[in-house]
Formats: sequence, C-alpha cells, structure tokens
Amino acid sequence: MPLAYQSFSELSAAAALLGADSGARLLGGGTLLVRRVNEGDTSIDTYVRLRDPKLLLLDAAGETVRLGAGITMSRIAREPALTFLAPVAKAIGGPAVRAAATIGGNLFAPSPYGDFGVALLALGATISVENTRGTSEFPAEAFFDARDDLDAGSIVTAVTFRRPANGAFRFLKVSRVRPKGAAVLSIAAMVNRTNGIVVEPRIAFGAMAKTAIRAHGAENALNGMALTAESIERAVGIAAEETSPATDAIASGWYRKTVLPVHLRRLLLDALAEEV
Amino acid sequence: MTKVPVQLTLNGEERAEFIDSGTTLLRLLRDKMGDFTLKAGCLQGTCGTCTVLVDGEPRLACLTLAEDCAAKAVETVAGLSGNGSLHPLQQAFLDNFAAQCGFCTPGMLMAAKVLLEANPHPSRADVVEALAGNICRCTGYEPIIQAVLSVSRGSAPRAASGERA
Amino acid sequence: MMEIRKTYFADERSDNGLKEVGQSRQRSDVPGHIRGMTPFYADRQIPGLLHIRMVRSPYHHARILAIDVSAAERHPGVKRVITAKDVPHNVYTILNLIGIGPEDEPVLAFDKVRWLGEPIVAIVAASERSAYEAAALVRVDYEELPAVFDMEEALKPGAPLVNEYHGQNNYRYDSGECRKVRLGDVEEGFRGAEFILEQRYDSSPIEHAPTETTGCVVVPGQNNRLTCYTGTQAVFFTLDNASIILNVPGQHLHFVGGTAGGGFGGKVDCIVEPIALLAAMLTGRPVAFIYNRYEEMQISSPRAAERIYIKDGVMKDGRIVARQVRCYVDAGAYSRHSPYGAQKSAAHFPGPYTIPHVSIDSYCVYTNRTPSSAMRGFGVTIGDFALEVQMDKLARMIGMDPLEFRFVNAYRDGDMKAHHQVTEGAALIECMQEASILANWPVDPRYLQMSSRQGRG
Repeated sequence: MPLAYQSFSELSAAAALLGADSGARLLGGGTLLVRRVNEGDTSIDTYVRLRDPKLLLLDAAGETVRLGAGITMSRIAREPALTFLAPVAKAIGGPAVRAAATIGGNLFAPSPYGDFGVALLALGATISVENTRGTSEFPAEAFFDARDDLDAGSIVTAVTFRRPANGAFRFLKVSRVRPKGAAVLSIAAMVNRTNGIVVEPRIAFGAMAKTAIRAHGAENALNGMALTAESIERAVGIAAEETSPATDAIASGWYRKTVLPVHLRRLLLDALAEEV
Repeated sequence: MTKVPVQLTLNGEERAEFIDSGTTLLRLLRDKMGDFTLKAGCLQGTCGTCTVLVDGEPRLACLTLAEDCAAKAVETVAGLSGNGSLHPLQQAFLDNFAAQCGFCTPGMLMAAKVLLEANPHPSRADVVEALAGNICRCTGYEPIIQAVLSVSRGSAPRAASGERA
Repeated sequence: MMEIRKTYFADERSDNGLKEVGQSRQRSDVPGHIRGMTPFYADRQIPGLLHIRMVRSPYHHARILAIDVSAAERHPGVKRVITAKDVPHNVYTILNLIGIGPEDEPVLAFDKVRWLGEPIVAIVAASERSAYEAAALVRVDYEELPAVFDMEEALKPGAPLVNEYHGQNNYRYDSGECRKVRLGDVEEGFRGAEFILEQRYDSSPIEHAPTETTGCVVVPGQNNRLTCYTGTQAVFFTLDNASIILNVPGQHLHFVGGTAGGGFGGKVDCIVEPIALLAAMLTGRPVAFIYNRYEEMQISSPRAAERIYIKDGVMKDGRIVARQVRCYVDAGAYSRHSPYGAQKSAAHFPGPYTIPHVSIDSYCVYTNRTPSSAMRGFGVTIGDFALEVQMDKLARMIGMDPLEFRFVNAYRDGDMKAHHQVTEGAALIECMQEASILANWPVDPRYLQMSSRQGRG
C-alpha cells in the first residue's frame, strides 16, 4: 500500500482518522515514526499531521506551567521561563533532532528513549489526552501504565505541572556518546525540602523498565527525612530493586542496574550540596 | 497513485515538484531536485549527513516530510558558496584538513553554519554541542572542530596537527 | 607540522630531492567535499530506477527446504524476483583472481544457509516500499540446524559442520590444518626459561560502520553494456568477479568508482554489484542495491574475531627465549579474505622481536557468524594488540620498564626472523629512542646508544 499524508487543523478530525485507520499514525517530529517507515515498516500507511494551534501553546508565566504537546525540545531549551527544563531538552538528540522532536512524541518514545517523559514523571505532571469522546487528564504515572493500551484515536494535547521551587528539580542522563546519545539511564528528581526535611519527593528513572517509572521505594526512604548522606544512602541502596532494565545495544540490564545507584547517589548528593 | 505538488524555496530559488505522498525532504531534494550535497547515510536520524536548514533551523531531511515543508526556505551546501567564492566555513575546512572521505562534510557544514549565525564566537564546548548530531568516521572530529573555531576566531588557518584551541 | 628526524640513519639519507615530504599540502579531494560535489555512487538522478531488497536467512544455520516467491512476484511494483537459479555462476570468487580460493560461498543461497542474514532472494521493485512489502511475502521453508559460534567449539569433534565444501570447520592450507611457522625448538626454549607467561587474548568482530553504506547503482547502456556506479574499494576486483559470476565479458562492464564514503576495508567484498548488475540485465532497467543501516551493521563483513594464545619463556635479564602462539581467526560462515588474513597473521607473529625459539600456528576457522573480511591491517592489527599487551605483562612480571624490555628484544639487521627471513632495514630501536624523548619516558642511556644496524653480540 502506498503512503498517504493527511493534514488537519482540527483535532477531532485527526482523532477520527486515527481511530478508523489502523495504519494511520500521528506525526510529532517524525524522529521515530518516519524512521520506522524508512526502515521498511509497511504497517504504517498514513501520516497524520495535526496543525491545531493549541498543541503549540506555551504558558510558563505563572506557578502552573502548561505546555502544548507539539512544542519542540529546542523551543523548550531556549525558553527563559523554563531554564530548569533546558538540561532535559538539551540531552535529547542533537540540534536537528531537537528542532523537530516534540513533547508528545517523547511520551510515546520506547525505552531507552523518552527522557522528557522521565522529567514529566518527576514533575508530577498531568497529561491531557483527547479523543473524539472528550478529554482525560492522566497523572503521568497512570499515563505510562495506560499508554500502550490507549484507544487508537487518542491524542496527547498538553502536559501540565506546578513550577518547581528553585533548585528542587534535578536531572541527569548517562549515555555512552556525549553530548548526544540514547540513555544508558536517566534520572529526574523533585527534592522539595522544608527546613531541611524532604517533603513528598518524586524520583523517576528512564531506560530502567518498559517505560519511565517512579522509584517509590527510594522516595519513601527519603520522605519526611532530613536530606543527609545517610538518608541518601538508604534510598540509593534500594533504588535498583524496583527496576527491570532491558539489555540492548546501549547497555546490558546488569550494567544499568549496577550503575543506577552510583548515579542516583551523585544526583542526590549534588542536591544536598546546594543551598536550597 | 496521485502525485501531490510541493513548492518551496531551495537556496533562494523557487522550486516545485510533484511527489508521492509521504516522500521525505531527503528524497525530494536528491531524487527530484537534483541536490546531492545532502547525503542519505542512515535514514534513521543518527548520522546527520542529511542536515539541511529549514526556515533557518537545522533539520534532518531523512526524517522530515516534504509535505511539511511547503512554502518553507530550505538551505543546503549547494547554496553556501555565492558567486563562486567559498563560504568562510568551506575555506576553513579546506585549510584545516577537516575532511577525508567527505561524506559527513555537507552535514557538518550546515550544522556549523547554524551555530555561527546564532553565536559568532562559540567556545569549543559550543562547537562540540552544535556538531553533536553529526557523525564522522574518518577524522576523529578534531580537525573539524578546529576548522569551525578558526572561523569564529576570524584568524588564519591553524597548522594541520597537534594544536588545540 | 610534520617533523623529520634526520639524525637517524643520516648516512642513508638523501633529502635534497624531497619537495613534498614534510610539507603541508591541501588534500586534492577536499575542494569537492566542501562543495558537496564529490561524486558518491548514489549521487545521480536516474528516472525509472528500481530498488533491490534482499530476503535473508533469519536463522544462523538451516537447510532450505523450499522457496516460494509467487506472492512476491505478483505484488504491485515488483519487476523481477531473483533466486540462485538465475545467477549464471552462483559462486563468490573474491580472491580467486590472485590464486587464493576457495569457491565456498554462493551469491544466493539455495540448499542451505550458514549465517543469520545470508542472502536468498532478491526483490527488484519500482519503489523501496513495494520492495519491502514484497520481501515480506516471500515464503522460505527451513529446517533449523544446530549452530556454532565459538571457534574452539567449532574445531571439536562433533561440532556442527558449517560448510560441506570444506568438510571441516577450518581452512586447509597446503601446510595442513593451519599456517605454521617454526624456528628452533620452543619446548627446549621453555625448559631454559626463568619465567613463563601464558595468556589468552580475545577480540570481537568489529564493524567498520562507514558513514556511507555499501551499495551500487547500475544503469544499462547500449549493446549489452552496463555501467555500475559503486562505492567499492576494489573496483577492478569487483568488475572481474562480476564478469565471472554473470558470465559476461569484462568489456561489457563499465565500473565507475574509487570514491567511498568511508571504506576501511569494509567495501572490498564485491557483494552488491553482481546482483544489481544481474537485476539490470534481467529487467533492462536501472537498479540500485543499497544497504540500509541494519545490513551495514549486521550483514556487511566485519573484522574477524580472533582468539590468540601466547606462551612466552623469558629470562630475568629481559630476553624472550621462546614464544609459542596459537591464533584462531573467525572467518564466519565463508572464507572471503580470512585464509589470507590468517596467513598474514602467522607471518606477523612473533612481532618485531628477535626470539631464538618460535612456534606459530594460525587457524582460519568457520563458524555460523557473519562472514568476516578485511579491515585496517586485517590479520595483523589484532595480533599486535595481543603481542604488545603480552610484552607489557612480561615486563611487569620480571620487574622491568616496558619500553626498556622492548629495547632488549627488538630485532636488528641480520637477525633471523621466525619465518626464516633475515631482518633488514629494521628501525624499531630508533623509533623507540625518539618515542622515549617525545613522550618523556626516560630509559637507561645504554638503550639510547643502541642501533638497529648493530647485532646484539
């Protein structure tokens, strides 16, 4: 079957086509989708381009940040109101990939890709998903659980999260090739502290499971505790237990599990060292 | 199968072709418009040899759909030298041994062009980051980095080996 | 800037004629590179171009019971489907022209596949997409067979036989099961040694991963002539081999090449041109056969994996008195350049050192891995890795500086080499002297007095 390309300015029409045609796929930046077609995936027969302006809305002025799913990594990297997200955006691909890669696309990127989704997990983001019947708001963790079973006509339209306190959001990505390269692993963490006590931390891992995941064990080890070398060590000690990293061309599952605690320790000690 | 028209500006010139739907910008530029300066190294967005500029932004033509580029301004290496004289980056690559097989060279030039237009005096780290999406299997990257830095310094070419910025 | 040290071998120098050596010169091909005008094989517009996609074995080792291409042939866009029976002389002959056999590899498999990815059916179609679709419609019935991936396992009795052509899992040289080098008597040497070190070194297959993938584009001309634009590093080899495989006179084939977007030895196997030429002959249309990235990584030949055992006998004063090397080169499923590589390997051991007792056995072994081939000094490069790590270990074992250890053992003019050639033109000592200075790695002054032209005495 030859390829088709359909462009829509309105979401419901795009959603209807996606729901009806099993070979139709929504285009983000194309970095994963067009690659699959280039490499001979003939199950994809229709590119769906959605130009609905609401997918590009960027509201980062206040305490609640709302980002349209069509916003690119390079747009985020240069947004003055989102400097805490710049390290995440810049860790994804090279400059040309970032000019195309979107928030929405990154949420569906298979492990070991999907580092922006890791950040959204740690930020406690809500993912807005729209289809012909209406809109659902998924907490990020629930989104990743449901992601691969969503109805075919579902489209992520935006992500929303509370602006983190200065210095509370931490991120690192380990890759074999720097500055770009697919993740050996990535870690995002929200380490809010009140009077030195950690309050409801969120820690997320990328490339450590089928999707980005929260590290609840490590979070619980820190929650309500003073952030110290000792409490960090307790969290780090159990961090790998909840993970099931794959072995792929980038790294073995054994390697990922073995170095995860090392990198988590560094990230948390860096947070400790900063005056917040 | 019905063909669709795509019209865009290529290196300042209005161009139009009829293509099969879903054709990539890479195929449009090479197979239809005869611009072979960009290369098809990997078709998966990893090697950067298809790097072109679309409305001033660096893009990988192998992952970009021609139908998404309607009415846009595309720039390739074919448009770098105007009036037959070389762009300073091209001269710098020549003077600094920044090419061996030459397959990565067009992609490197376009990535470097984008950098220098946004940041005329980049640091070495800036240059490395700007070229992060381009793979070279021959030179070990150092001569290419030196070539780009030499343009930013606006200085005479460096000697071929050993010296660092 | 290149510097030339004229103090070494000063009496042998004649520099007055040197105009280019030591001067910085622009590479002659860079003006084309920077304009993007260097003519790589795919850089041309060809109306009506057809595309080849190869159907490949999904198994490491299997008998082919049946091949059914009927659905593929009927698929829209498909112009021709090519199988083994369509290939006039269905044998790869890569080094046949310089007298190095063997003819152990088919162009397209028909009764058996011996490695994952072995080519079986070529789809020739009007678009890449229809070629991919039609390739998925080819039905091949296989009987899977046990496979072997480790060279020493492959050499054990009872191991799966990779290639019936050889009847065993190693190439048979005229000297026997391996290439052999003998000098003196290593067992006597080991008996007299004060220290013994025995180590094993392993290397994996290494993929060249050039930025430009393997490929060619064939354009039929007039009077049965065909033009083949190719990225091969071996233009004339490939032309001659294609002529033999296709049973067409060489003068019907016009090969345009010599420009590769990275080769490193990975584009010497004449692997895509014969099929592309055949497709052009059978369809009368221009045809492209271009590897995608999966094929470049997994299918195109890598550097051979090697396993090298080195046993050395050494004296307290640093002299190596005996060196025994057993080297296994993994040809993968077919020979290609590996018998030649393993032979080079035998000649290259024991390294640039004078050792009175030497025994080298170098095997070319078949396994069910991707057939390996040339890469950057194949047969020698990995051997050097093993040898030089061994030298460092020996030095450490006897408590000697590793550079001084090499001075003690360096070969000099007049020394007998292990393969019974007299050393001449040696310069290792002088190179190490200069390296000692440049790297600021001081050695005892007596080593700076040594000369390659003076025997050990």
